[in-house]
Amino acid sequence: MKDMAVMRRSRDLPAWLPALLLMCLLVLAPDAHAAAAAPVPTVDKGDVAWMLTSTLLVLLMTVPGLALFYGGLVRSKNVLSVLMQVMTVFSMILVLWAIYGYSLAFNGGNAFIGNLDKVFLRGVTKDSLAATFTTGVALPEYVFVVFQSTFAGITGALIVGSFAERMRFRAVLAFTALWFTFAYLPIAHMVWYGPDGFMFARGALDFAGGTVVHINAGIAGLVGAYMIGPRLGLGREPMKPHNVTFTMVGAALLWVGWFGFNAGSNLEANSGAALAFINTLLATAAAVLSWLVVEAITKGKPSMLGGASGAVAGLVAITPACGTVGPMGSLVIGALASIFCVWGVTGLKKILRADDALDVFGVHGIGGIVGALLTGVFSAVSLGGTGFGAGNTTMGQQVGVQALGVGITLVWSGVVSAIVYTVVKLVFGLRVSAEAEREGLDITSHGESAYEA
Amino acid sequence: MNLISCIIRPYKLDEVRDALTAAGVSGITVSEVRGFGRQKGHTELYRGAEYIVDFLPKLKLEVVVDDGLLDTVLEAVQKSAKTGNVGDGKIFVSTVDQVIRIRTGELDADAL
Repeated sequence: MKDMAVMRRSRDLPAWLPALLLMCLLVLAPDAHAAAAAPVPTVDKGDVAWMLTSTLLVLLMTVPGLALFYGGLVRSKNVLSVLMQVMTVFSMILVLWAIYGYSLAFNGGNAFIGNLDKVFLRGVTKDSLAATFTTGVALPEYVFVVFQSTFAGITGALIVGSFAERMRFRAVLAFTALWFTFAYLPIAHMVWYGPDGFMFARGALDFAGGTVVHINAGIAGLVGAYMIGPRLGLGREPMKPHNVTFTMVGAALLWVGWFGFNAGSNLEANSGAALAFINTLLATAAAVLSWLVVEAITKGKPSMLGGASGAVAGLVAITPACGTVGPMGSLVIGALASIFCVWGVTGLKKILRADDALDVFGVHGIGGIVGALLTGVFSAVSLGGTGFGAGNTTMGQQVGVQALGVGITLVWSGVVSAIVYTVVKLVFGLRVSAEAEREGLDITSHGESAYEA
Repeated sequence: MNLISCIIRPYKLDEVRDALTAAGVSGITVSEVRGFGRQKGHTELYRGAEYIVDFLPKLKLEVVVDDGLLDTVLEAVQKSAKTGNVGDGKIFVSTVDQVIRIRTGELDADAL
C-alpha cells in the first residue's frame, strides 16, 4: 500500500458514494473495525491494455502528429528543423522523466514539488502499483510512469512552435531541460498530486492537463517569442505555411491521439473514459465548425488551415473539462474555444506584438484558459456535468478556483521561462546568425534539406 | 519560321493543346512559370497573417511554326486560352533563324 502514493485528481461525488456510505453504515454497527481495513488493490487487465494503448496514442499525437502539424506551417527551408525539435525535445524529456521527473512530480514532497525518493525510478518495480480513481483498483506503476512521461514530452514539444525558424538547436534543448524541471514538474505536482498538491487540494478541475500542458506551454512560448525576437523579415517577406496538407494530417493525428490523452486520463477503461471520449469527439467537431463559420463571416472564405486550427483549439479547450462536463457542455466549450482562439491568432496577436510563429499562445494558451474557466461552469450538475471539485459548492467558487489555477500557471511558468531563456541566452545565445536564418535552419543547423532545391 | 511563346492559365492547357493539334502544330514545349501582368498577384490569408502573392503560376507554351501556319495558330491559341478576364496571358511571336532535327540533321521546315 505504501507504493500507492500516486493519486491524480479526486473525482467529484461519484456514483459509488451513496453505496459506500450505505456500506459504512452497515459495517459500522456490528464491527467498526472492518470498515477501516483497506481493500486489497486489484489490477484490471482491461485497464492495463487501455492505458498502454492511451500511452501509444499520446506518442502518436506528438511524433508524428504535432511534428507534422508544425512542420507544414513553416517555410520549406525550416521544416526539418521543426520536425527535429519536436522529436528531440520529446525524447529528451522522456529520459529526464525517468531519471528524476516522475519522482519530483508524483512522489511525496510538499504542496509545490515532490521529492527525490524515486529518482532513477528507484523502488518502481513490476509489482509496485499506482492508484486510480476507484478505491481498490490500481495500475502497475510502470503504466502510470510511461503514460505521464508522454504528457511531459508533448508539453515541451508544444513550445517549439513559438520560437520556430530562428532558435539555436542547443538553446532549444537547454531551455527545454530547465523549463521542464522548474516549470512543468512543479505545476504537474500542484495540479495532479493528491492530496497535497497546491491546486489539487483546492478542488481545481483539470482532468487531462489544460493548465499543466496547454497554458503552461502557451505562456512559455509567448515569453520565448518576446525574448528571442521576431523572425527576420517578418511582415515584409511572405512566411506562409509551406504545406497545409502536412498541417491537416498532423491535426488529424492529434485528434486521434487525443483520445489517449483525454480518455486515458481516466486511468481506467470504464464509463469515465467513455464520458471523456464522447466529450473529446464532440467538442472538437463543434470547434472545427465554429472556426470555419467565424472565418466565413470575417474573411469570406473558410480555410483548411482554419479547420485544422479549430480542431486543435477544441481539443485543447475540452482537455481540462472532458471528465466532468456533459456532452452538450462539450459542444458549447468547443464552439466558444474556436471563437476565442480566432481572436487569439488575429486581434490578440496584434496587441501582443510577439512573433509567436505558430500561435502556440493563441491556440494552446487561449484555448487552455477558455477551457479551464468553462470547466468550472459546465461541470455543474444543472448543466449536465458530474459536479464540482472537492470543497467547491457553487459555480462561482469553482470558476474562482479554476481562475486561480490559470493565474498560477501563467505567472509561475511565465517567470520561470523568462529566467531560463535569459540563462540560456548567456550560455549559448538564443538565435542562430542572421545569415543562417536566411538560408534556413535545415541546412545550417542540421546539414540536410527536405526538398530538392 | 516563327517562335510563338504563349503565357496561359495552367488549367487551359488541355484546350490549347487540342486547338493547336487541330491547327496542324506538330510539337509543343511546356514549362511551368510564375509571373505577373495586369492581373498582379492575389492575397492569401493564413490565420491572422495576410500574404500578397506577387507571382502567379502560369504555363509557357513554345511552338515553332512555318509562316503559312502562323495566323491559324495564333487564332487557335487566342480562342482556346481566352476567358475574358484579366490574367488570360500573352502571346509573343519572334522570328526563328534556323531549326535542326538532331536525329536526322534535317533543316528548317523539314525539321518541324
